[in-house]
Amino acid sequence: MATGELNPNHYPAQRAATVVQHYLNTYYGSPYKVFGVKGVHSGNAEDVADSGRKYQLNISLQDFISKSTENCSAEVLFLRGEKQQQPSPPQVQASCYELSAINTKVQEEAFYQKYKTNQSLMSAHLPDSYGHIEPGMEPFWHLGTVASSFIMLNQSTEDTLYNMAQVANVTQLETENNQLKFDYHVLLHEMVSQAIIHWKLLFSWSPSEGVKVLQQEQLPHCHDCEKPPNSN
Amino acid sequence: MLVVINGIFGTPHSLAGGLQSTWKYDYTKYHPMEEIYRWMEEVERRNPELVSSTVYGHTIEGRNISLLKLGLENSEGKEKKVIWVDCGIHAREWIAPAFCQWFVKEIVDSYKTNKKLKEMLQNLDIYVTPVINVDGYIFTWANESTRLWRKSRSLPPGGSDCYGVDLNRNFNANWGTVGVSFDSCANTYCGTSPGSEPEVKAVMDFVGRMVDQILCFLTIHSAGQLLLLPYGHPHISAPNYDELVSVGQAAAVEMKKVHGMNYTVGTSPQILYPNSGSSRDWARLIGIPFSYTFELRDKGEFGHLLPEEQIQPACEEAYAGALSIITYVHDKPFTNGSLPDTAVATVTVSGVTMMIWSTLIAVLHTAV
Repeated sequence: MATGELNPNHYPAQRAATVVQHYLNTYYGSPYKVFGVKGVHSGNAEDVADSGRKYQLNISLQDFISKSTENCSAEVLFLRGEKQQQPSPPQVQASCYELSAINTKVQEEAFYQKYKTNQSLMSAHLPDSYGHIEPGMEPFWHLGTVASSFIMLNQSTEDTLYNMAQVANVTQLETENNQLKFDYHVLLHEMVSQAIIHWKLLFSWSPSEGVKVLQQEQLPHCHDCEKPPNSN
Repeated sequence: MLVVINGIFGTPHSLAGGLQSTWKYDYTKYHPMEEIYRWMEEVERRNPELVSSTVYGHTIEGRNISLLKLGLENSEGKEKKVIWVDCGIHAREWIAPAFCQWFVKEIVDSYKTNKKLKEMLQNLDIYVTPVINVDGYIFTWANESTRLWRKSRSLPPGGSDCYGVDLNRNFNANWGTVGVSFDSCANTYCGTSPGSEPEVKAVMDFVGRMVDQILCFLTIHSAGQLLLLPYGHPHISAPNYDELVSVGQAAAVEMKKVHGMNYTVGTSPQILYPNSGSSRDWARLIGIPFSYTFELRDKGEFGHLLPEEQIQPACEEAYAGALSIITYVHDKPFTNGSLPDTAVATVTVSGVTMMIWSTLIAVLHTAV
């Protein structure tokens, strides 16, 4: 593994930067705010005796909705777990104050009020096969990315690169404790294995509390789903 | 000397200037395979002086693997060199077949008025395969749940119920060494042996027969906005690595000029992940000097589900990049024929670097 100064275009820095993206989305993401990595300016990696590997990065992130970009510095510590066990989630520290302070209060409040009482939303395939998202459904797509970020952050290692490929299904549940509540089926794409991984997520959201994941479950790889259709 | 006066023997449609006449095909939408097959027939019918087609193989489910050959007669009767472009090795990467169609359209629509393009088409034949993995592509159109299928639709091997081989891990190029799985349920399953898949064998046989004429091999994928050069194995580098990088970077500069998008240039082990059995690597190993994988838009927001509104800008920038490379290889003075044992790889083993000749690699491979 590369140690010392990293080539910012090479995959180790890019993968670590994506972990920062997932981390920031869990904290600051909302139906109107989702971050992606715009580029990596510089990076450094070093072994941390016995525990893992630490990356220091200067990256630029972009909010997909407002298109604002900001340069951020971040540290990612990938922990080396015990031999047979699942590695622990990476630990991230990041300073990205400008992006987190982008003001989306008005839109979030309007969305919250609309769905707080009307609790029957159901939708599927965001985006659809053509990359299309029904008007008005984008906030549910963004929420899916934010909720998925909790899983993607936990699952990330130096050997993975996650993004959410699609929200397969959304069902709104009854509002509880003033939090909107949703059941989501998401498809995550892992670049290195090229796998599509299915997860079910139960989570709540409000403008003040953000996304809180209540339950999560990885769905098994469904071979039956891949049998050829009866007619071509 | 036979002089063909364009237009006298042509049909009214070809007189009207290729695809601009009464037929309307929407290049800014994704098309199912039946429409792509019909489009290929129409393009050939309407532009007989430029376009011809060939079926060069069949998929595991028996469908035609077809290409369009774009080229003009060389008035001096010189042997024509070849450019190879293929799309759709991976079923879910819909922007790739969309690009191959766009690429053909651009050439058909502009060659009569673009002097440089016309000159290149007199010296080069450009072979374009819009969809290599036809079965997989059709499968992604079956319903919403199949959209993200990647592999071919080969039958499950004994003891498995998982279909498909990752065709871009099945080529005879350090097959089965890195970046693959031997689990038939995995998305990087490399198959039972190099070239075991009919789609891959079709490409290797057809391209192999004209290898001495091929200047450049471009294979189009999504996503990630990358230009990948050989090799996918971390310890092997191409002897013309520096030139591959500079030509790739020049292409990335041209691509960025169109809509401001960044494309990163490098080998797969540098900027993506190590891999083996790719078509790009195979092409370079058999001696094709310039071989690139284009990974088109985007960088993760939509991934393979690229919105149709982005088809045009994605194709415009990819066209600029492809044309940049094609122009370079066309203009580059080439030596008189290519030596059959030209070095194709440099291998670094335990710090010792060796030049590997293509025949030696072939021998080493069969010995394994």
